[in-house]
Amino acid sequence: MKENALSWMIGGPALTGGVNSSAEVFAKACARAGLYVFSNIEYHSNIMGRHISYRVRTSDTPVHSHVEQVDLLLALDSETLFGTPEYQDYQRHGGHLHRVAPDGAVILDAKAKIDHSAIERDDIHVVALAYDDLVRESVEELGVTYNARRHSVMRNMVPIGASCALLDFDISHVVTLVAEVLPARHQDMVEMNRHVLLHAAEQARRAYAKEEFHVTLRPRPERNGHMLIKGVDAVGIAKIHAGCGFQTYYPIAPASDESVMLERQQTRYPIVVLQAEDEIASMNMAVGAAHAGVRAATSTAGPGFSLMAEGLGFASITEAAGPVVVLWQRGGPSTGLPTRQSQQDLRFALQPAHGEFPHIVVAPGDAREAARVTHMAFNWGDRYQMPVVVLADKFIANSLVTLDDLGLDGLPIDRGEYWTLEMNGSDPYRRHRLTESGISPRAVFGTPGGQYVTTSDEHTERGRIDEQVENRIAQMDKRMQKLDLAAQEIPDEWQYEFIGPEDADVTIVGWGSTRGPITDALPVLQSEHGISANFLQIRLLRPFPATVVREKLDRARRVILVEDNYMGQLGMLIAEQTGIKLERMALKYDGRPFSQDEVVEAVCEHSAADLGRLVLSHP
Amino acid sequence: MVVADTERLTAKTFGVEDSHPDWCGGCGDFGILSAVKQALAKLGRPPHEVAVISGIGCAGKLPHYINSYGLHTLHGRALNVATGVKLANQNLEVLVAGGDGDGYGIGAGYLVNSGRRNLNIAYLVHNNGVYGLTKGQAAPTMRRGQKTKGMAEAAIQESVNPIGLAIASGYTFIARGYAMAQPDLVSLIVQAVQHRGTALIDILQPCPIYNDLMTIDFFRGRDIGHNRTYRLADEGFDGRVHDPSNQDEIVAKQQAAIAKSFEWGDRIPIGVLYQLDAPTYEDELAGRLPELGTSSLLELATPGQDISRLQDAYR
Repeated sequence: MKENALSWMIGGPALTGGVNSSAEVFAKACARAGLYVFSNIEYHSNIMGRHISYRVRTSDTPVHSHVEQVDLLLALDSETLFGTPEYQDYQRHGGHLHRVAPDGAVILDAKAKIDHSAIERDDIHVVALAYDDLVRESVEELGVTYNARRHSVMRNMVPIGASCALLDFDISHVVTLVAEVLPARHQDMVEMNRHVLLHAAEQARRAYAKEEFHVTLRPRPERNGHMLIKGVDAVGIAKIHAGCGFQTYYPIAPASDESVMLERQQTRYPIVVLQAEDEIASMNMAVGAAHAGVRAATSTAGPGFSLMAEGLGFASITEAAGPVVVLWQRGGPSTGLPTRQSQQDLRFALQPAHGEFPHIVVAPGDAREAARVTHMAFNWGDRYQMPVVVLADKFIANSLVTLDDLGLDGLPIDRGEYWTLEMNGSDPYRRHRLTESGISPRAVFGTPGGQYVTTSDEHTERGRIDEQVENRIAQMDKRMQKLDLAAQEIPDEWQYEFIGPEDADVTIVGWGSTRGPITDALPVLQSEHGISANFLQIRLLRPFPATVVREKLDRARRVILVEDNYMGQLGMLIAEQTGIKLERMALKYDGRPFSQDEVVEAVCEHSAADLGRLVLSHP
Repeated sequence: MVVADTERLTAKTFGVEDSHPDWCGGCGDFGILSAVKQALAKLGRPPHEVAVISGIGCAGKLPHYINSYGLHTLHGRALNVATGVKLANQNLEVLVAGGDGDGYGIGAGYLVNSGRRNLNIAYLVHNNGVYGLTKGQAAPTMRRGQKTKGMAEAAIQESVNPIGLAIASGYTFIARGYAMAQPDLVSLIVQAVQHRGTALIDILQPCPIYNDLMTIDFFRGRDIGHNRTYRLADEGFDGRVHDPSNQDEIVAKQQAAIAKSFEWGDRIPIGVLYQLDAPTYEDELAGRLPELGTSSLLELATPGQDISRLQDAYR
């Protein structure tokens, strides 16, 4: 019997299936019950109909990743179980039936076209419920005439009610959520939903032959009150907190959810969200606002970031205070895998445009880090007067995670150095004045007496076009020097994190969202495989913390690089910055994030033999 | 540098003493620069409340010669940058400048979409038919079949009609000026800046080096015995929509402006082609958040906003 350690998955067609709402209501109910939750979605780049799978993992201790096996699989269609072997060149996927743990259960819609005999597994249980009949009966029990258009949406409650029954989990958490979500005029539906849940639970109990399912969920009331939030929302909140007044974007998966969240706040907070005509416009609008003194940001994925290239160089040479660019990576190249995970844009983010110029690149490991790092990114943009790229990804963007808070309270606020008329006397203002630190106090547009012009051309201290060699060298040095200053000043906690015992058999090196599966894998490696492992998460990618990385790697016994890409891009960066070439890699470029199990598997395989480059995928 | 006394603003106030324009002798850009400075003096805003945002090209150099805040940005992106500047600080008087290649070619998408927004800014397009800074290639305004001495072959693409494009894009003030008709151009710039909404002035200008078709003599009409340019107002043309609630009048005025925009050859119209009082983007934002009606984001968007309610919504 496992208490509260559940791996749950629902699968079905996009948009019409109700997969998202079922999963998110179930995840939220678990969070409300005081359980730690990690929930992630896989979906196609499509409008409707194609396969979605949505996982919910719960635990009594914080969880940050998914596992391969599922205890409960809720199938809304045949594809969820068996995949689509007849489909064109490649099968879309092999279904999820093989993921069901021994003694696990499949809950399916008895009316869906599913060939039960094809399940062919006698180590699992099948619970078949007629979803629509069940909804109809529940509605009619209340004396209401069944109306498919009005009532069939409640079929999303059936798999939840059935799950609650098997997991011995009180449906009251779900009912409360339904009441909160429904508008006032539809509160009569709350009772109907409650009936559907109860009815589904009762039928599931009857259909499930055994006494007890091998997982139960026990509420932990002492812990309820934590947030359940996606990375996109966490970053949006951080932007508002940081006083970001201007956010631009062009719709793109998986980034636009962040901007849409911010759009909803425009009547409550001083933020203007502008949906631009493309990412070139988005970027340059944000640069303009930054020059005019407002904290500005934009948000995109790889294809949009490609268009932002020239604007990043422009922001940097003109020493704009920012903007902050959140790059939610997805599978490339080109349109690539629009809704899938990747960490393919590291090298691109490090050199996003022509020429040599300073900018900061920082990669958060999860939603909470993404919020905190975004807050700091505004400080760094203001202080070092350069654009800052927050390099996140789809796994962080779309995954739901329980958090006490976003950790934003108490973070410093630094607007950098301002120029005022008193500072110059009768001298003309020099926007790009050569200073010891490389930072020139900035006159925000509108400051009396500070009139200046600056340009995307190389320029003098006063911002005038100039091609003389001495000036060129001085201005190049000045700009690049600010990166050295940033490297010195940015506290260690933002540069890297070292997790686990100082001395270990294995040191895992990674960046970004692999943090979740890696940190979850560490205790499993120790307890189940006797392998002591620690984890070096590199957060600041430019300027790069070369000294500390070299120190940690020199001390490590067996180093394994873990990345969601083909080339091992962090490994290339480490080699460039430290001279250390990491030979052992665990790479994934199938568009899916690492699971906790895949990290464990990679470390075990690398510990058993000299494998070099190991590629993982679990379709 | 001292803070200008708004009581005594002159064109000289907006000049930059130690700058040396690198335009060629006889370039229309000198006329436009002079008109902008005169217009700014008439408008009465002190230099620090003015921002001039430009693209890349000969015209893009303009802000370097004006005493105000200025950004010499990227090719085709001046409107984008200006949009950010204006939204950050609505108190700034924002002028945008660029060439015809900058605005109607590489920046054409932004020309269109900026019109849709109707932000309170004025956009001056220096239209000389060629790319001067890269030595005379045809700009999007070069007419099919035309060939300057610098072009290897005659143009085989249609030219864009910027006035028609501006009408279709939603600009609420559309005018055409001529760089060498100074008093008219000063007046147009003043009107464009004073107009509430996005204003476009297509400014015809000679390029004495690369465009031997649109020369001063061409505009003066030496070959035909009269000036080619004429004032719309002199012929009783009134582009202004007098009743903005009257959709029929709007359509009629738009059609009249488009019809005028095709006049070329022996008679080229100069003046205001279209004007409509319509809600600006800033008005719309104030409708969403009333504070934005009186204060700018620069004042309102301060770090440390209270997010406790936002966080709690996820609990």
